[in-house]
Amino acid sequence: MLAHVNDSAGWFLEHAWLIPVVPVIGFVVIILFGKRMPMKGSEVGIASMVGALVLSIGTAYQWIQRVDAAHGGHDEGSAIARGIAGFGRSLSAAASGEESTYVAPVIKSWTWWQSGGLEFGLGQHIDGLAVMMLILVAFISVLVQIFSLEYVRGDRRYTHFFAALTLFSGGMLTMVLAENMVQLILGWELMGLCSFMLIGHWWEDKANSRAALKAFFTVRVGDVGLLVGTAIVFFGANAFAVDNFGSNGFSIQAINAWAMSGEASHDVLLWGSVALFIACIGKSGQFPLHTWLPDAMAGPTPVSSLLHSSTMVVAGVFLVARVYPVFWEGLSIPGSSVNFIVLIGGITTLIAAFLAFVQNDIKKVLAYSTVSQLGLMMMGLGAGAWIAAVFHIFTHAFFKCCLFLCAGSVAHSGSHHSFDMKKDMGGLRKAMPVTFACWMIATAALTGFPFLAGFWSKDEIIATVGKNGYDVFFYLGFVSAFLTAAYMTRATYLTFFGTPRGAAAGEHHGDEHGEEHEQADDEAHVDALVHAGAHATAGHDAHDAHGHALAHDAHGHDAHDAHDAHDAHGHDDHHGAHHGPHESGKLLLVPICILAFLSIVAGFLQAPAFGESFEKLKLWVEPTTAPIATDDLLVGGFGQSVAVAPRAAAEGEKVCGYVAPSPGQACIFPAVTHPPFSWAKAGVATIIVFAAYAISFALCSLVYGTRRNKLQGLTGRNKLLGAGHRFLVNKYYLDDLYEKVVVRAVAYPISQAAYWINQRVLDGTVDAVGKGGRRTGEWIYRYVDQGAIDGLAVNGSGKAASGTGGALRPLQSGKVNQYGALLFGAAALGALVLVIVNI
Amino acid sequence: MDPISDQNWLLSLGTFLPLAGVLVMLLIPKKEELLHKQIALVTALGTLGVGIATLAAFDYDQSARLQFFVDTEWISVINSGYTVGLDGISLPMYFLSMVITVLVMIYSWNHIPSPGNPKAFLILMLVLQTGMAGTFIAQDLILFFVFFEVVLLPMYFMIGVWGGEQRQYASLKFFLYTMFGSALMLVAFLALYYKTGAESFSIPYLITEGINIDKDVAMWIFAGMFIGFAVKVPMFPFHTWLPDAHTQAPTQGSVILAAILLKLGTYGFIRIAIPVLPQAAVEWAPVIGVLAVIGIIYGALGCLAQTDMKRLIAFSSVAHMGFVMLGISTLTEMGINAALFGMVAHGLITGMLFFCAGSIKERYHTLEIKRLSGLLVQMPKLGWILGFCAMASLGLPGLAGFWGEFPAILSAYQPAPQLDVTLFRTLMVIAALGTVLAAAYLLWLYQRTAFGEPNPEFTGHGHAHSVGAAGNDEHHDDLHDVNVYEWVAWTPLLIAIVVFGVYPQLMFDVMDPAVTELVKVFHQ
Repeated sequence: MLAHVNDSAGWFLEHAWLIPVVPVIGFVVIILFGKRMPMKGSEVGIASMVGALVLSIGTAYQWIQRVDAAHGGHDEGSAIARGIAGFGRSLSAAASGEESTYVAPVIKSWTWWQSGGLEFGLGQHIDGLAVMMLILVAFISVLVQIFSLEYVRGDRRYTHFFAALTLFSGGMLTMVLAENMVQLILGWELMGLCSFMLIGHWWEDKANSRAALKAFFTVRVGDVGLLVGTAIVFFGANAFAVDNFGSNGFSIQAINAWAMSGEASHDVLLWGSVALFIACIGKSGQFPLHTWLPDAMAGPTPVSSLLHSSTMVVAGVFLVARVYPVFWEGLSIPGSSVNFIVLIGGITTLIAAFLAFVQNDIKKVLAYSTVSQLGLMMMGLGAGAWIAAVFHIFTHAFFKCCLFLCAGSVAHSGSHHSFDMKKDMGGLRKAMPVTFACWMIATAALTGFPFLAGFWSKDEIIATVGKNGYDVFFYLGFVSAFLTAAYMTRATYLTFFGTPRGAAAGEHHGDEHGEEHEQADDEAHVDALVHAGAHATAGHDAHDAHGHALAHDAHGHDAHDAHDAHDAHGHDDHHGAHHGPHESGKLLLVPICILAFLSIVAGFLQAPAFGESFEKLKLWVEPTTAPIATDDLLVGGFGQSVAVAPRAAAEGEKVCGYVAPSPGQACIFPAVTHPPFSWAKAGVATIIVFAAYAISFALCSLVYGTRRNKLQGLTGRNKLLGAGHRFLVNKYYLDDLYEKVVVRAVAYPISQAAYWINQRVLDGTVDAVGKGGRRTGEWIYRYVDQGAIDGLAVNGSGKAASGTGGALRPLQSGKVNQYGALLFGAAALGALVLVIVNI
Repeated sequence: MDPISDQNWLLSLGTFLPLAGVLVMLLIPKKEELLHKQIALVTALGTLGVGIATLAAFDYDQSARLQFFVDTEWISVINSGYTVGLDGISLPMYFLSMVITVLVMIYSWNHIPSPGNPKAFLILMLVLQTGMAGTFIAQDLILFFVFFEVVLLPMYFMIGVWGGEQRQYASLKFFLYTMFGSALMLVAFLALYYKTGAESFSIPYLITEGINIDKDVAMWIFAGMFIGFAVKVPMFPFHTWLPDAHTQAPTQGSVILAAILLKLGTYGFIRIAIPVLPQAAVEWAPVIGVLAVIGIIYGALGCLAQTDMKRLIAFSSVAHMGFVMLGISTLTEMGINAALFGMVAHGLITGMLFFCAGSIKERYHTLEIKRLSGLLVQMPKLGWILGFCAMASLGLPGLAGFWGEFPAILSAYQPAPQLDVTLFRTLMVIAALGTVLAAAYLLWLYQRTAFGEPNPEFTGHGHAHSVGAAGNDEHHDDLHDVNVYEWVAWTPLLIAIVVFGVYPQLMFDVMDPAVTELVKVFHQ
């Protein structure tokens, strides 16, 4: 199948398509054999993610060599690099300025399906963006799975958990290296499926299965846009792709080239980009479809961390980045000061940040924070800050994953499986120093503390947005930075500072769990199951066959029971000697520490303040912004890689995205602008962030502190503030609008009305016709048949008919022969008439 | 294109072999139940063997041409011949009918519905198989009509004798409704025959001659066929027989009905109505498209209103067949390919869903959604299979359902040049919204039946600890997970759903050349 390509781009680059295949195989193995394995399938999950990571690193290594080789074909370093990577071709001596150097993506495709003789492929499209995402996804997945080893230990669906987690990563990897839009949809929907399985992991509880349903369903609403957008883009690009590249309108490379070719109709691009962005609104939790994301916290914490850092929600941002030319041209990104994406992104980043202030659940604060950061990324993309937004995907993955895992660690060891910051946390910095330190680092990185990861990416987004003329959103970026710093300070204060409360103070309070604590209760299942498991092995071996049901029924029937049972059994015996909060074990802390470390250093991949050697990400990831000879873009047939040696494009001005390329040339990426790093702007941002820390910390210690003062209970006294608070607590009433109005209307009155029409009108007509027919039949039978024709030929055939039907007669009405004959006769008569008339 | 006549006995053998089994079974007394089951299964397996031989002998490079072609005299008075042949359009359905029959036979091994009598039940099934296979190979209108009608009687008896409580109403409705459609279809066939010079009923012949028919007349002839096929599909508003028939039919009947019988209608459109009367098809396409999309939304809304699981699945067929018809109405390669793929995929997936429903009914004695809960707790395997099928049914990429749905939606963006683009693009968007509703009713069903705690009604005493002991409780003897017969019957379907989902080219490769040939007329 795999045709041998002479000038190979290097083994890893050529075989990058294996990266998603490994986890998918892992998934199948876990599902089929996981339960019988010593570690219940988790070893396969981790092994397959490590495998994917190794392949990704190899791919990245060779990609970087490919880029370096293309940029400086003559210096020593890249000569070595060439040797290792196995490039066969010498490079054009005319390698000119860096910006215009074309590094060919390694594209491969095999026939997946066909229609009208046109073959559509499944394959890989490896370029800088894909490589970055591959590394990111594989790396985060490995850490999350290691974390899960301990975190979900003893869960009743441990094996399924790892299976779904592995497939989840497989879905994201499939999407990331998709060669075409259909493959992208495949990965996209696979993730949707896995998110459904994982969010609803503890589906015994109705709240969890509802959250899972809501997540899948909301994303699916957005997916309408994906289907429609893909159709628009496919039919728009198809002729161009077939003529120029011998590929088809699904190919991402061809779509990008088409969008920038100047041949595409602006209307088509506009509608295509709007439709595609609607899909991103659903997937990436943008306003107004963001409401599923906080609910998705019903899933186990590792799921939240994976879902919010590198997979699922990033998919929407990735889609925009992937077919960026479509959005660039369709929404006229250069030269406008507001457009659909910027607007949605801007709104999202603000409203989510406000919501984060009123959450008591630590995971929900982080969830809204993710929504807000995704809004920022979208805003960046909408304003032409491509590399900044992509960079923010990268850095955000580390610190957000770290924060979620810290929250998991707190719940696991500090707050007795509660996520309620007000009830069960506080003062945990002493009991959990490592978790606290990592949390602080990740928070600092998220909020844009100088020189940490978030500082660089966030500043670059804001700076680029400002430079490109999106002034309103430039200031909005600062507001967002302020809010982020403030709500994270609040969460930090509530969790780690102040006085310990509830479980953090060592109290056990099974009876305190009210309705709003489903979350906490769900987590309690995990724990209860440890007991159930031990219980079962101790005395109930005979019931192995019912293991699931037993374990579950014994302890999971009701979260309260679980908790009570738990307390009765004595909780601490399996948590070591500590009573109350304590630091988590190594399996939890190691991934957290690694991520905290990366939250510090990841930013230096693109830290323009320190000169060009610190702008590696741009060098490796950003596609060429200069026109390329169309011949170089040709796909070399199915199953073959493009195998174009990197070569310098024609020298000249950067026209892509502003002027249509000349005949024989094509553009694949617009000439996005990069503002020079400005210490002044960064300084302003830093001051804003520090101000937010200070103000927020001061307010928190007043409001949540022990000393009585006027600020406490202010929302209860001041009507205006109270109304604002309620408005936020109710999430702008969007959920009410969706669930109580839209969904309920469709699920009940509208569907009932449709069904009523079905039964009364359509079926009523049928029944009436049937009854009428029977009456006519009876009439004819009585007066015509019995009176007139009886004894003629009818009798003979009738006898034959009743003879065959006779055996079954007692069981059926027996009248069917008559009806049939009647209808049939009428029809035959009609036929005759028709024939005669027409002749 | 000229047909190929090599190995032309294969099709007739594959079609009529089940009747040989029927003959043998007729001679054996009713009491020998096991023997009947054995003979029926062996016959079905033998038929499937012939089917596999057909697959092997089929020339895939020539899939646009009719193969194994036979054309001999039959009823010479009306110039109707025994004309049979197989091309890329009919091959998948022809083979699927054989597979489904075998699987249903296996399932029947220990699932003969009340009031028993495997002899009659299995004989009907074999007759049904002949009818179904015959319909897919017939290349003569009268022959097609005969096979089309042969299918009707066994199904009528299956529902009427082995069905649920309202079986008589349902079976009668099914029979009369379809008969009504068939009658109009026959009228149309006769008119077609006379208008093309009363020379032949052969479909290849009519394809070359049909284009010369006066457009006004062609419109009427198409209308007759339209109603005949639309009832069978069933398209909105001719669908009301379907929920009743499906709900009342025994599991085996539902599976066959969903997997094969509904496709006789869509197949009729693709095989006869459109190629023979292309000029009328262009005029009718908007009507078909609109009704198809109404069916998608309407069927989905109907699903949301259901309280009975089997009835819900039945309504989902209306929605899914809407996608198939939408694909057909675009008169494009992509649309008709999607329709053909969708036919097979729907057969596999909805067939599986009906199997699941049957097994749930057998265990709980009810399919009322409200009473079912916690299926995943009590029968994890069945719960997983149900979830898998629900996901496949809502069109998840990587599973077969996607390839019927996605290209169909896509194709509506750019229908055949003669059609109104604005209308079809509107239809596309509405159809895409239908996928959301599909997710809604399927997942909602799954949430209510599979998630949560089991209904105390079915857990013995409603006490938490009793589940472990449920096996000993006599009242709940039948609450067992998937058994061997079910595994054997279901595994091929489950595998096929994955295989065709992961590598759809397996089927597109076969169908596409024939479809390309078919729609050529619209590109001239």
